[in-house]
Formats: sequence, structure tokens, C-alpha cells
Amino acid sequence: MSKPESRPRREVITGPRRDVRRRPPRPVTDEIDGQTKVGQVYLRALIRTQLLLGLATVALVVVPLAAMPLLFGFWPAARELQVGPMPLWWLLLGILVYPAILAVGWWYVRAADRNEAQFTDLDEGR
Amino acid sequence: MNSLAAVGIGLTALVTIGLAAYSSRLARTTGDFYVASRSVPAWWNASAISGEYLSAASFLGVAGLIMAGGADAVWFPVGYAVGYVLLLALVAAPLRRSGAYTLPDFCEARLRSGTVRLIASALVVLIGWLYVLPQLQGAGLALNILLGAPTWVGGVLVSLTVLVVIVGGGMRSVTLVQGFQYWLKVVAIMVPVLFLLAAWQADASPSALTESVPTFREQTTMDVDTDISVSVTQPVVVVVDGEVDGGRVDGRVSWAVGEHDIAAGTTVTFAQGAAVPHVSSVRAQRGEEWGQALQGGEQHALYRTFALMFALFLGTMGLPHVLVRFYTNPDGRAARRTALVVIGLVGLFYLSPSFYGMLGRLYTPGLLMTGRTDAVVLLLPQALVGGGAGQWLTALVAAGAAAAFLATATGLTVTVAGVLSQDVVGRRVSNPIVSFRIAAAAAVLVPLALGLVAESLPLARAVSLAFAVAAATFSPLLLLGIWWPRLTDVGAAAGLILGGVTASSAIVVSTLLPDMTGWPAALLSQPAAWAMPLAMVTMVLVSLRTAHRISPGVERIMIRLHTPETVGVQRTWIARGRR
Repeated sequence: MSKPESRPRREVITGPRRDVRRRPPRPVTDEIDGQTKVGQVYLRALIRTQLLLGLATVALVVVPLAAMPLLFGFWPAARELQVGPMPLWWLLLGILVYPAILAVGWWYVRAADRNEAQFTDLDEGR
Repeated sequence: MNSLAAVGIGLTALVTIGLAAYSSRLARTTGDFYVASRSVPAWWNASAISGEYLSAASFLGVAGLIMAGGADAVWFPVGYAVGYVLLLALVAAPLRRSGAYTLPDFCEARLRSGTVRLIASALVVLIGWLYVLPQLQGAGLALNILLGAPTWVGGVLVSLTVLVVIVGGGMRSVTLVQGFQYWLKVVAIMVPVLFLLAAWQADASPSALTESVPTFREQTTMDVDTDISVSVTQPVVVVVDGEVDGGRVDGRVSWAVGEHDIAAGTTVTFAQGAAVPHVSSVRAQRGEEWGQALQGGEQHALYRTFALMFALFLGTMGLPHVLVRFYTNPDGRAARRTALVVIGLVGLFYLSPSFYGMLGRLYTPGLLMTGRTDAVVLLLPQALVGGGAGQWLTALVAAGAAAAFLATATGLTVTVAGVLSQDVVGRRVSNPIVSFRIAAAAAVLVPLALGLVAESLPLARAVSLAFAVAAATFSPLLLLGIWWPRLTDVGAAAGLILGGVTASSAIVVSTLLPDMTGWPAALLSQPAAWAMPLAMVTMVLVSLRTAHRISPGVERIMIRLHTPETVGVQRTWIARGRR
């Protein structure tokens, strides 16, 4: 037991301290333990799956959008296309684009959750 | 002078301050103060993010740009919304799981480098100030148009309100306030559209896609309050009282096709059906040109379109005031849900501005002459609906506009102040709350001072410059930091500096030399399309060259960023090895 007067004063913790020195790197053996083959393989697979999913999601939205100025720029007939009183351009980019990206986002969230659930199952199944 | 509009703006400011004061009593710790203890439900957090995001540039500027620019300007709202798809798909969950409070914290956690942290802090402050500036100018415009106040008044009032809110409550109060402000903005922009469209139909639905440039629908007297130069496309007879083309005129004159200078203080009266002369910064377009893509006559329009997409799609993920909000989610899954709801909320908002832009060409075409198309949302209800209903609708859009510049200015100031207090003031002042307040004052005053001297750009364009800097700096940093374990501190620093310096100097040059033409003008005024790849390639190449500096715990950090929190046990299991 420490003597009462040497007991550290109670202190209010108000935020991450920036002035403390960082802990020295862990010993090498610990690092090797830290990277068990199986764990690493699972992790790499998860990261790759999520990255591909993310890129696919982005492509699903960005490719059609990027095609719009090309289509309308190089194929002037597209400019004449109308749906009712509305030119196609305004219908697509003024209105329909918003529900479309919401749908793609919803699809992404479900797929990303599923990937993570599979990872968790794999882990627990071991 | 519209007294109901004054009431609308005043009420918004009062409710903002009131909510802040109320909720500040709930904030007890520094955690509360900065990030609301991470106890905010997803839909409310999403409302707050959207409330913070939809700035004066969205509420006023998008409609104004569409009115002036037509079909090509729809990329602004589309880009502002699509940015969240990239944020959701590539950044949201890992960033939340990193557990850092701010972007500089993320840099430090991922790269273990105080230097990169400092560079990131400087960039947060730069982007924040670039973004606040147009908010203050938007406030100045709104108060000037609606109440006749001098243009500096709006900025000063917004700065004061923001300071009261922040010094009082911190992020917790800000979350509540901004959630409220989102819903106010949506109602304020959508409800008038219904009335406007009804009045437009009652007026026999004239088309904006006409074969001529916009014309005055009735005899109109324009008060010119700054010196402007207008280009006349069809000869027109006007009644002038004031100074035109360097000479004093009082009475009827006929203007030939070409440029005419009008001095401040002049009134010009146009007859019904007269073609609207356009201010030199707005290209006169026939209605059918206006309605079609890539017809604006700008040089290298295709490049400009793609570069704008680049800046807005990628810039959103690099906006520090948006990212700080994702730490308010309880976990990575919730961060994804929040981002998804934001896509819905922001998209809902952006359905409306195009209608103001289109109807503005028919019913407030005089704005094309004064160049203040950013005011179309504020003026259209009175011009088209008119009467008592018009007054109430004006009060509503005025309240929405106030919510827009208050919400964004507050969020940005909190973020900039957080960074300043951690990395600058906090090193000299030990009490974190005091240091945060000092930093908040600095964060407000600098852009206010800049706003008094800086030339005013169209709001949505000014904001897109902040997006361009964010796209050229934080966007490659986050993409590589999250998905590529071999990013090193040196690589990140090199890319951040190169991207930040090139993008911001391009913006400075193109703003100082507005008369440039051709490729230099296009490349410098829309720098994101080359500055972002440049920064990203730099980060990759320098990182490969400095592979020995990959931070030793990177595997552990990758586990943390990419595995669900629910596998907490497995996380240590992967980290430690299960025996």
C-alpha cells in the first residue's frame, strides 16, 4: 500500500493527452504473433471484398453520370429527346438521379453488412 | 424592405440560440462538447449532417447558378449529393472505426506522425475558411436584398450568432440545432415550389425554353446599386435616370447592341417585352440554349464539366466539418446507415432548386442584368405569387436561407475551432474549454475580415473551390490511408502539400486573373481534375520509396478499420493470435 500523501490527486480527464510520449514499439515476437496466418488471410479477404464492393458502387453511379455529357456532347440528337414537356436531361439529372443514388446506396449498405456478417461467421466457425 | 422576412430571419436565429442554450445544459464532458458523446440516433445525426451540409451555396447559390447557367449547372446539386455515395462506399464505416475525433486525429492514428497531423490541421483551417467565406457573403446578400441592409451586416450578424451558439454549447447543441435547421430548410425550399408552380400554371405555363433571351414580362424599373457593365443583345429603348456610358442621362435613350456601362445609383426602366441585357459575367443565352447541355459557350466545356464532377464527387469526403460528424455514430454500421440517410435527405432537398432557376428566368429576369442571380430564391415568391401569400412565402425562404448560412457557418467554425484549439491555442492555454472558446473566436473573425475585402463570386462556385482543395488533399489521403496499408507518413505529407499548394494557388491565380482564356483558364479555374490525381500519385510513389517508414502497427490499424465492432473478441484474437 502506498502512503496516503503519495496517492495521486484525482484528476478530471478532459481529452486525449497530446503531450505524452508514445509507447515504444512492441517486441518483435509480439508482432509475429499479431499476424497469425489465418487471421491475416481472413482480414485481407474482407478488405478486398469491401474495397471491390465500394468501387463497384462508385462505378454504378459515376459511370452513367460521366456518360451523360459525352452522350449529349457528341450525339446532338439526344438533346431533342423529351419525356412529356420535360427534356430528358432535366428529367434524369434534375429528378431521377436522386432516387437512383439512394437505391444504389441502400444496395451497398446491405451488401457491406452481409460481407461483415460472413466474416464474423467465419471467425466464430473456427 | 419586407418586415415578415425580417421576422423569419430573426426567429431562425433566436430558435438556433435557444436550442443551443437548452441543449448546452446537457453537455458535461469534453466528449460531449466535441462530438456529442456519440449518442445521437442515426436519423437525427443524418439530419444534422444534412443541415450542416446544405449551405447558402445550396439554398441560394444552386438556383442562382441554374438560372444563369442552365443545363450544365445541374452538376452542382448532383455533385453535392453524389459525393455522399463515395463517402458511404469508401470512407464512412472505416473512418468511424478509426475512433479518431477529427481528420488530423485520423492522420496521427493511421500514420503515427505529428507532422502529417499538423499539415492536416492547416488544411482543415484553410478549407474551413474557404467554405465559411461564401456563407457570410450569402448572409450579406440575403439581408441586403430583403431588408436593404449594407452587405457587411449579414456577415457580422451570422458571426455573432455562431459565436453565441458555439461558446454556449459545443457539438451537442450543434447537433440538435443543425437537425432542426435541415428540416426548416427542406420545408422552406419545397413548400414555396408548390405555390410557385401553381401560380405559373395559372399564368398559362409559359416555357423557359424559348427562342429568345429572357424578356421583362411587364414594365420594370431596375435600381442599379453597383457599377456594372451589361451587354445588350437586341436594340432596346429604356428610360434612364443616372449615369450611363460615362454621361449623365435623364430620360429616354436607345441602346444599340453591345456593351454599356451603368454607374451605381442609376435607375433603368424597361418596357414590357424588352430583352434583358445581361451583366458581363453572365452569358446571354436563348431559352433553348439554356435548357441544353454543353451549350453555354464556355471554352472547354466538357473538361470543365468533368473537372467539376471530380471536385464535387471526391471533395465531399474530404470536407472536415462533414467528416467530424461521422464520429458521432455509435459504430461503423451506424455510420453507413447515417450516410445512406444523408443521401436521401440531401437528394430530397436538391429536387427544388432547378424550379427556382427555371421560373427565375421568366419572372425575375432582371437578376441577369444585375448579376445577383443568387437572390432568385428570395425574390421569386414575391414576384410570381405576390400579395399576402407572397409575403409569407418570402418570410419562409428567408428563414430557410438564414438556417442555411447559420448551420454551415456553425459547423465549420466548430471544426476549425476544434483544430485550432488542439494544435495551436491548446499549447498555450491549459483549460480546454477556454482554449476552445478562444479558438472559436479566431475561427469566426478571420473569414469575416476576409469577407470584407474579398471579391464576391457566385456562392455555389465559391463553395466548389473549397471542394476542389478538399478533393486534392484529404480525398487521396483517406482513400489510401483506409485501403492501402503501405501508405507512409512521408508519402502522405508530400501528397497533401503538393495537392493543397497546387489546388489553392490555381484558385488564387484564376480569381486574380479573371480575363484568362483557353486551356489555362479552364485548368486553373477547375483544378481538382489534375490536382487530385497528382496528389494521389505522389502519395503512392513517395510511399513506395519510403517503405521502411510504414508504421509498425499498420496491420492492427487495418483490423480496426475494417472489422465490425461486434467481433471485439476476434479482433484481439486476430491481433494476438489464438492459441
